[in-house]
Amino acid sequence: MGKNKRKISGTGFLLLITVVLFAVMYAAGMAVFADKGFAKPQMFFNLFITNAGLLVISMGLTIVMISGGIDISVGSVTALVCMAAAYSMENMGTSAYMAVAIALGIGIAYGLVQGILVAYLDIQPFIVTLAGLFFGRGMTAVISKEMISIKNETFLAWANYKIYLPIGSYSRRGKFLPAYIYPTVVIALLIVLIIILVMKFTKFGRSVYAVGGNAQSAMMMGLDVRKTKLKAYILDGVLAGCGGFLFCLNSCAGFVEQAKGLEMDAISSAVIGGTLLSGGVGTPFGTIFGVLIKGTISSLITTQGTLSSWWVRIVLSALLCFFIVLQSVLGNLKKKK
Amino acid sequence: MNKNGFDMKKLTSMRLFLPIVCLVAMLIVAAITIPGFFKISITNGVLYGYPIDVVNRASELAILAVGMTLVTAASGGQDISVGAVMAVAGAVCCQILSGGEVSVTKLAAPLLLAMLVGILVAGVCGLFNGLLVSYLDIQPMVATLILFTAGRGIAQLVTKGQITYVRVDSYMVAGGYVGAIPTPIIIAAIVVIVAYLVLKKTALGLYIESVGINGDASRLVGLNSRRIKLLTYVLCGLLAGVAGIVASSRIYSADANNLGLNLEMDAILAVALGGNILSGGKFSLMGSVIGAATIQTLSTALYAMGVSGDQLPVYKAIVVIIIVVLQSPVFKKYTAGLKAKRAVPKAAAEGGNQ
Repeated sequence: MGKNKRKISGTGFLLLITVVLFAVMYAAGMAVFADKGFAKPQMFFNLFITNAGLLVISMGLTIVMISGGIDISVGSVTALVCMAAAYSMENMGTSAYMAVAIALGIGIAYGLVQGILVAYLDIQPFIVTLAGLFFGRGMTAVISKEMISIKNETFLAWANYKIYLPIGSYSRRGKFLPAYIYPTVVIALLIVLIIILVMKFTKFGRSVYAVGGNAQSAMMMGLDVRKTKLKAYILDGVLAGCGGFLFCLNSCAGFVEQAKGLEMDAISSAVIGGTLLSGGVGTPFGTIFGVLIKGTISSLITTQGTLSSWWVRIVLSALLCFFIVLQSVLGNLKKKK
Repeated sequence: MNKNGFDMKKLTSMRLFLPIVCLVAMLIVAAITIPGFFKISITNGVLYGYPIDVVNRASELAILAVGMTLVTAASGGQDISVGAVMAVAGAVCCQILSGGEVSVTKLAAPLLLAMLVGILVAGVCGLFNGLLVSYLDIQPMVATLILFTAGRGIAQLVTKGQITYVRVDSYMVAGGYVGAIPTPIIIAAIVVIVAYLVLKKTALGLYIESVGINGDASRLVGLNSRRIKLLTYVLCGLLAGVAGIVASSRIYSADANNLGLNLEMDAILAVALGGNILSGGKFSLMGSVIGAATIQTLSTALYAMGVSGDQLPVYKAIVVIIIVVLQSPVFKKYTAGLKAKRAVPKAAAEGGNQ
């Protein structure tokens, strides 16, 4: 029991660091860039608007990582989903609803194939999903090498529908400007809520934790380890497809270089949110803060104006490195005790 | 065993048998798709022809594959940052040579010094990866993922977001020709031969294998398994640096976005095609080099068939998946089961399957 308690407090400690880090970063941003509008409520909602897709994709990654695996194909899946959706709507004349179905179909197919290879053929998840990464990016180029912007009316209506909130800021003349969000944010938050509930209260959710914590004992307890892993990958695939579509609603275009490095953002969000790379530990709730930190870094750097966009990647990588090292050190301390 | 004559079983059980079969198969495919594939001629005093082109283009890959083989053998994981590290090395080297200008026609610093610094910086990248993997026990691919994404950003930072051109003849030599032979081939050959000799003549190769097979056991018999792992990552970084400078010399510039792009996948593929098991342990350097040639033949054949550069990953991804499925323990067990059944068909028929 005592050991168990320490373990929980260890992960709680990581989550606490993350929440504090986010709060400090955001407060610092508000203080430094107040004149550039960083203190406005809209800025906070923009974090969700620009990262709605990433939020959903990170949920999938959190689940896979808790199960002890990893998925680095999500960025390519996003590009493939965007391109497939754009191509089907613009060049084949399908409806926006059909595009949603295509996006989910791609996600399920990815999840199924990668899941079977990882769970039933015991291939390292990294190799499988690395192949998935290159396959997705290559397939995107096979569909079209040119950028396709989406002009489908239904799609654009979804993308541009503003939901106004009762909070907001006042313009210089004293006019009330309500903050707004897009439907993507509502969908993303809904999915996050569902995932939190699934991971906490369903048999599947608990099995994922058990399998990731110790596959051997999970098997001895009578859990079907392979099936649980497969399910985790399928869910991850569906979420990647779904997140990819939300991403598409944000960008309204499909092109080969899209969402490059998104897998890194998703993995670092999960890790910063307290998910252990070794599996078995992590919460979808923590991942939300991981995504918010990533969002804050990029909006701080874009608000600052003079720094180039690759600084986002470098800072994020440094942060990821810091958290990985922290996890490793905490893990080693626990072992010594 | 047969003392004289041809022993088929012995031949097929040789480690390099499958890699060579793959290469020959690929060469046949290339010969069918490209007319005049095997023709070599001397044009303008240099060797010219598809085979030379394949070997020439495979040079960086072969250099990377040597490093990747060692990393794979010792740590049971792959270094996916090599492409980005190549970009960093190229960027550092070109930036020193140009002295901060975007395009120069005169060297601002000694050539060898700049190359050495570029390679050393790549070695530092390898050291960083190695420390994370060996001393902090982080999974190799997660640890190298950090530089995989940050590396190109760092390279951009070094070149200030521009493509630095070094239009000097002496810089183009490393990617050009020495006499009639392309320099990259010579560099790759030196790297491979040196690595081969060091691994064969010293106990290092044996140590790396033993660490990869069982790190704890190696430590108990007195090997410093952490330091050996670290060493392989540093070597991998240094070799990525060499490859980066060769690649940058070819285009006499440092393009942070495209230098060594997607080469990490090719390098892993070369190691896998060379018959090395991706989860570590025994390795064959020559296998990886043959693997590198196989991949370059595949790429050349695909290019000749009109497949564009950004579509290539699709085919390579499929090849990787096929290889790892064939290597997977589950699949091996299955085929072993089939063989056993064929050997005793009656028993199998009576016993059913498991």
